[in-house]
Amino acid sequence: MALASRDEQLVRGIDWFTVFLYMGMVLIGWLNIFAAVYDPQSQLSIFDLSTNSGKQLLWIGTTIILITAIMVIDFKTYDKFAWVFYGFMALVLIGVIFVGAEVKGSHSWFKIGDFSLQPAEFSKTTTALALARFLSMPTIKLDKRKDMLVAFAIIALPPLIIIAQNETGSALVFGAFVLVLYREGLPGIFPAVGLGAVVLFILTLLIEPIWLYSGIGVIVAAFIIIIPKRLPNILTVLVVGFLISGVVFGVDFFVNSVLQPHQQNRIKVLVNPDIDPLGVGWNVTQSKIAIGSGGIAGKGYLEGTQTKFDFVPEQSTDFIFCTVGEEHGFIGSIVIIGLFLTLLYRIIFIAERQKNKFGRVYAYSVAAIFFFHFMVNVGMTIGLFPVIGIPLPFFSYGGSSLYSFTILLWVLLKIDAHRSEVLNRNL
Amino acid sequence: MEDHTRKIVIQLFILFFALIYGGRLFYLQIIDPAYKTAASANSLQRVVDYPYRGLIYDRNGKILVYNVPVYDIQVVPREVPKNLDTLALARLLELERSELDSLLLKAKKYSRNKPTAILKQVNSEDIAKIQDQLVDYPGFFIAPRTVRGYPHQSMANALGYIGEISKTKLEKLGSYYRQGDYIGLSGLESQYENELRGNKGVKYVMVDVHGIQKGSWQNGAFDTSSTKGKNLYTSIDLELQKFGEELMTNKAGSIVAIEPSTGEILAFVSAPSYDPNLLVGREFSQNFRKLMKDSLKPLFNRAMMAMYRPGSTFKTVQSLIGLETGAIDSNFTMGCSNPFVSCHEPHPNPCRLSQGLQWSCNPYFWNVYKRIINQGVDPNTFRDSKKGYDKWRDITLSFGLGQPLGIDLPNEKKGILPTSKYFDKVYGVNSWKYSNIYSIALGEGELGILPVQLANLASIYANRGWYIKPHFVRGMGDKQEKLPQYQEKNYIKVNPKHFPAVINGMERAVNGGTVWSKARLQSIVVCGKTGTSQNPKGKDHSIFIGFAPRDNPKIAVAVFVEYAGFGGFVAAPIGTLMIEKFLNDTIARKNLMKHMIDQDFIHKKKAPEEIRADSSRKAKIKSDSIKFLKITAQELGPSVRKKQKSKAQITIPSNQLPENPIAVNGSANAITAPNTNYNGTRKQRRTVS
Repeated sequence: MALASRDEQLVRGIDWFTVFLYMGMVLIGWLNIFAAVYDPQSQLSIFDLSTNSGKQLLWIGTTIILITAIMVIDFKTYDKFAWVFYGFMALVLIGVIFVGAEVKGSHSWFKIGDFSLQPAEFSKTTTALALARFLSMPTIKLDKRKDMLVAFAIIALPPLIIIAQNETGSALVFGAFVLVLYREGLPGIFPAVGLGAVVLFILTLLIEPIWLYSGIGVIVAAFIIIIPKRLPNILTVLVVGFLISGVVFGVDFFVNSVLQPHQQNRIKVLVNPDIDPLGVGWNVTQSKIAIGSGGIAGKGYLEGTQTKFDFVPEQSTDFIFCTVGEEHGFIGSIVIIGLFLTLLYRIIFIAERQKNKFGRVYAYSVAAIFFFHFMVNVGMTIGLFPVIGIPLPFFSYGGSSLYSFTILLWVLLKIDAHRSEVLNRNL
Repeated sequence: MEDHTRKIVIQLFILFFALIYGGRLFYLQIIDPAYKTAASANSLQRVVDYPYRGLIYDRNGKILVYNVPVYDIQVVPREVPKNLDTLALARLLELERSELDSLLLKAKKYSRNKPTAILKQVNSEDIAKIQDQLVDYPGFFIAPRTVRGYPHQSMANALGYIGEISKTKLEKLGSYYRQGDYIGLSGLESQYENELRGNKGVKYVMVDVHGIQKGSWQNGAFDTSSTKGKNLYTSIDLELQKFGEELMTNKAGSIVAIEPSTGEILAFVSAPSYDPNLLVGREFSQNFRKLMKDSLKPLFNRAMMAMYRPGSTFKTVQSLIGLETGAIDSNFTMGCSNPFVSCHEPHPNPCRLSQGLQWSCNPYFWNVYKRIINQGVDPNTFRDSKKGYDKWRDITLSFGLGQPLGIDLPNEKKGILPTSKYFDKVYGVNSWKYSNIYSIALGEGELGILPVQLANLASIYANRGWYIKPHFVRGMGDKQEKLPQYQEKNYIKVNPKHFPAVINGMERAVNGGTVWSKARLQSIVVCGKTGTSQNPKGKDHSIFIGFAPRDNPKIAVAVFVEYAGFGGFVAAPIGTLMIEKFLNDTIARKNLMKHMIDQDFIHKKKAPEEIRADSSRKAKIKSDSIKFLKITAQELGPSVRKKQKSKAQITIPSNQLPENPIAVNGSANAITAPNTNYNGTRKQRRTVS
């Protein structure tokens, strides 16, 4: 009887809105993958296992097993065993460096026959659980320096290993956790300075340093004119100005003098794809043409020419958004952006209704990770973001990413379904 | 309240990006016409502008490698009409219809939209014949490429070749290369690939549905032009190289010549070789297969990959280490008799160091090495031997032996210079001593040296104690930039004051010692040393190292001739001819030159039976090599050895029994040195009976 009531509880407590959103996105994603690889002359069906769409369907079908498992496991497990999951994943991440298959220079894949798995994708979930577990301990406060450092360390360990695997793109995703820390009380100055540093770094790569120095000079001068002319004020402005110039100089020196030319290119190409017109630049140009050619209503399902004819590389994985843009135009693109916006807002809504801190931190982590993937992936295809190869959740082809996003979201749904059962421990 | 604010901030942050993206999409999809123009032309094509690969020159500005234009015929399957007249096209391309069909199918499988080459490296004459008619076949294009050409037939192995990049390399090397690109696959072409290749350019061209170009995209704002590869100026003297290859006609082996003061390689002969023009163009794979199958292994660069025992040339190293460690001084005198090693023709007896080198006296150097190994630093003979050996090995390493020298060619081997641990493993810890390793005294036993290392040794003597890593590159690009790693002097661990005694001996060896009297040069003072290396597979290998002139040397040379016998008769004359050619530019000793070119050590290879018979007679043959009965026994091969063992033992006079009984049995626990067999590959043979 206890079991039955628990099942009932689950059905009643689960957030059906998110479930339908999830199913809708996965379905649209699958149809879209078919369109990306569709070849009008080969007449292969959407179910054909030799195509990406057929394989994706296989992944989608098997997620049911994952979802069932997540639903059956006691919801407290995710809280209690968070550290175990985290530690285990760290070992797996290290292990893959040594036993993993080399794919395009990175050691981040386990290969068993035709089936390959990228553990880095799953480490986001375990890190989110560990962070939630840590922040939900009663004595932890994020404005204490020690707690802050521990939180940063929990977040930083997996991406450091992932960088050692040579998968910088996946490692960057962990930056999203700053959003969670901010929600949980990290002083606002940290994200602000961090964001400023990233912007400054990109500006240094984009613009000749001499212009940056002049710009900083002008701003410093403007401040000095505006603010009350007292010595401490003026000194502060000057010191900050010098510090910023120092950062610019440091980045410039590091990139142009310390790094080898090929390493320089790898960094510069992130912000300015045109310096590698044969590789990354080509992708972005083609991607923009594909999206741009979609117009208002698009060319229609399976009617796109740019993506289909191999002009956009990685068209079913990282550049999947191009197919949407080309075949469904501005309207279709806005619908997809709307879907993501709805999902993110819904997760934040779920986060805020949690009765304990563990649930809330985890929920915000989920939101932050989805947001980061969405922001970078779509931004990259429309030429607003550096080309960083990370997938668009539920849309990009690939088993590892679909599984990992499914686990990430459904663990949240499971925890949320039992929100009324937890004690109001520490809010 | 604070929490609530933060939630709002996060929501606004997310909304901010969504709005920016919406705005950007509005601009891309609705406002900006550029993308629609490109798309209405249906597709943007990327045309790769291939750069010219850098040329390669010799030290006198003669061209070694240049570029030849060829053409690929490519197909883009999507653009081929369904009713293609394959029969007519096959006739035009001089292909069988079935051949063309399978090529087209393969191209279609690779990609419907990317061009695939169906005919590669067609020369300009052939392309001129079909160019006009090919226009009638939509979807087929002519793409210009360049391959390499050579105005000579020399130096194929060192120059290397280029070819299409392999799939594994493509994955490893990342973004620069595309399928079908040419890349340096061996030799200098591979070593300096990054400099020689230049940088590709790219042009964006708008193309309509029919593949017809509609001009450049956005007025070429995104186009880049290719940059030509850097020229490589090498230190090779093409004339000397050609001469060396001529001398090695019908011989297997190697000649390496170095300018001692700079470490620049003047000649790098590996024989037999092949004409580099064979590995160019459409015949590449066919010819390559043929060369691979050739039993003489012409693709094997003996100069830096074949290991030989240095034989008596190694006595120069032993002399220097003896002097450095204080085991001997230059007046150390020794009688020419020894129970374990025999000597050859009679010579002044007893002799001093320079005479020992002059006549290559085996007993003398048996004693020198014994004194190096057993310096009496430890009362226990075994431990003393190990310490002596370690010290000796340390100094020998500084001669650039037992490790790759770091020349600028890929796949350089390192040679063999065993550690004392190796002997520990073979004989057991603290159970080996001088009597187990004495063959090293005479450059035999467990040693393996590459010709380039031996030439470097000659270079060290010429410089009296230092060397610059041998290298080909003199300058890179128009500015002829030097590479820093080839400017630095490496000093060996021997005091320069010990050199005169050894160099005296080397001069005597050439002008009144083991070198054949006809090989001597009147006008130039040559210092050298011959060697005859034990070869378990047949006739001994003939070796010579030398440099000239004695003062202010201009050339150092090492010569290996496989199966050629006594060093003084074959390798030495070849060596002095190389020196004469380089220093005098002409050869006065025309008869000697003709004699050396005419000799054939490849085609008169003896049948195995003869070799066996020969090896038992060997003791009588005039030679400066040592005669070990254990080696003779091993030379017979495992199967014959058992039968002949009793016979071999009978021939040992009882008063000549070595002090270590294990060595007498020969087969028991004896280790042969890693041998260079005829193919030049290493074979480690351990015989245990």
